[in-house]
Amino acid sequence: MTTATIAAAPRGRWREASILPGFGPTLGFVLLYLSLMLLIPLAALVARPWASGWDGVWGTVTQPRVLAALRLSFGAAVAAAAINTVMGLLVAWVLTRYDFPGRRLADAMVDLPFALPTAVAGIALATVYGPHGWIGGPLAPLGVKIAYTRLGILVALVAVGLPFIVRSVQPVLQDFDAEVEEAAVTLGARAWRRAVSVVLPAVAPALVTGFALAFARAVGEYGSVIFIAGNMPGRSEIAPLLIVIKLNEFDDAGAASVGLAMLVLSFGALLAVNLVQLAMARRGHR
Amino acid sequence: MIDRTHTRREALRLGAAASFVVPALAAGAARSAAPAEILNVSYDPTRELYADINGAFSRYWKDHVGQDLKIDLSNGGSGAQSRAVIDGLQADVVTLALAYDVDAIADRGLIAKTWQSRLPDNACPYTSTIVLLVRKGNPWKIHDWGDLVRPGIQVVTPNPKTSGGARWNFLAAWAWALKQPGGSPASAKAFLQKLYGQVPVLDTGARGSTNTFAQRGIGDALLAWENDAYLVLAEQPGAFEIVAPSISILAEPPVAVVDRVVDRKHTRTQAEGYLNFLYSPLAQDLIGKHHFRPRNPAALAKYDAKFPKIPLVTIDTQFGGWRKAQAQFFADGGVFDQIYAPR
Repeated sequence: MTTATIAAAPRGRWREASILPGFGPTLGFVLLYLSLMLLIPLAALVARPWASGWDGVWGTVTQPRVLAALRLSFGAAVAAAAINTVMGLLVAWVLTRYDFPGRRLADAMVDLPFALPTAVAGIALATVYGPHGWIGGPLAPLGVKIAYTRLGILVALVAVGLPFIVRSVQPVLQDFDAEVEEAAVTLGARAWRRAVSVVLPAVAPALVTGFALAFARAVGEYGSVIFIAGNMPGRSEIAPLLIVIKLNEFDDAGAASVGLAMLVLSFGALLAVNLVQLAMARRGHR
Repeated sequence: MIDRTHTRREALRLGAAASFVVPALAAGAARSAAPAEILNVSYDPTRELYADINGAFSRYWKDHVGQDLKIDLSNGGSGAQSRAVIDGLQADVVTLALAYDVDAIADRGLIAKTWQSRLPDNACPYTSTIVLLVRKGNPWKIHDWGDLVRPGIQVVTPNPKTSGGARWNFLAAWAWALKQPGGSPASAKAFLQKLYGQVPVLDTGARGSTNTFAQRGIGDALLAWENDAYLVLAEQPGAFEIVAPSISILAEPPVAVVDRVVDRKHTRTQAEGYLNFLYSPLAQDLIGKHHFRPRNPAALAKYDAKFPKIPLVTIDTQFGGWRKAQAQFFADGGVFDQIYAPR
């Protein structure tokens, strides 16, 4: 793990961490690149909402409607990423461990949510899961509504998040040494025990990475969600839509306040995930 | 988002339009100049209308001024388009859903504050109104605004926060509720609250709602621009019916030259010629053909049969203008927000 390598490097003289040449120019380029792509745009966002001071930002962020949207966006993103962690692991497992007709096709299909314009995904999902769609139609008489409810948001976020888990876990499963599993069999471990004690620890860091990526994508997702969400204020209105609404009201500071709140929450969540990874990596190297 | 429509139309008869359109002082200046290009930033349901008008106007401009003029068209939600122009989209002219969205641009100095008096009819070369679209045979017997709040009826309309058409819908319903026996702002608000309680989906734009209703089969009634309702009828013949409510609102979509852009691009002559052209008999006829209500009496008479005679309130007399209506109903914490406040 890279994190462990850095931790193991000699302290004190930070510049001499590597004997490879080119540290200065590459670091300079990386800093410039990150500034242009991330730091400067984010600084502009952070600087924007303070027109009416801290009270203005706090007042906006704590409005019931904004809180409801933030809760929905982050709650649905965590739920979707959790579902994808389980189902994505299963998909990756099937795709790497078994050979069956159409496996390559199925493997390629996993990437489609990456390539498809999100609006297309949203409209397709709303059609299929709507009350007259192929899936929504038969469910409607049972009282199950998916499109235009929070459930619809979850479906959209699960759909766009799936490839992140599969693509994170797949290489680890591919490299995973079959001998280790065979050893576990000879030691008498049953299938369940092998999965929990042998395979899962090996793929866990990749699962966490995939979870973080799927979560991050889901929090910011706009295009696919607004077509299936119903967009009811306080109920099925996601935070990115609220930002667009505030921009349309020419309330730039309000929009930036919600954006800032999302930035802080996302950063906190991703930081927590990184700490979990770090802890896992340390344990793995002991 | 940008349609290139300049080559579409064949020869057109222009006749009387000629003297009307080209400002005399400008005609000489633009003659035999290099090809020019202007951008019309418009709202959603005008896509087909301006596709036709742009072709007609560039042909007209070539014939009478001798310059090749390409007119690009951008469609989107009215508020979002207004926002894009403020943020730097180089629109030579804006043709939006309501005056407030042009005012917002004028407030930031890109358009002269007097824009609405620079052209006839408050700078609105065509009007429209809000009608109800129901499914074939009108199974739920929806004949007026009041029928929309009967138990079990689902109504589709976009979000007034993001859609200009949705704001007209909202105000038309409000005007009806006020005119009912014992009508008051409180009763109108209660009516709107009930109405929006029966809306299953709030799309972000009028076209989105139309698709939700027509393509995905959601809801029993759609609150729609009259011109959009006719488009749906033409696309899916026999599937829907237009219901004219007992009262509606005169929707006046305004047009304006974006002064700061045309002065920088030196396209004022073309942009002003383009907007003046909208008032010409030829363009007014295209306007009627595309189900907008023309201002020109002759064009209006020609298409009269398809426009139901609905008593129409206006934004100025009923609501005191768009700025006031915007602040009262659609601003942060306004009536629309109160309707959705958690109870």
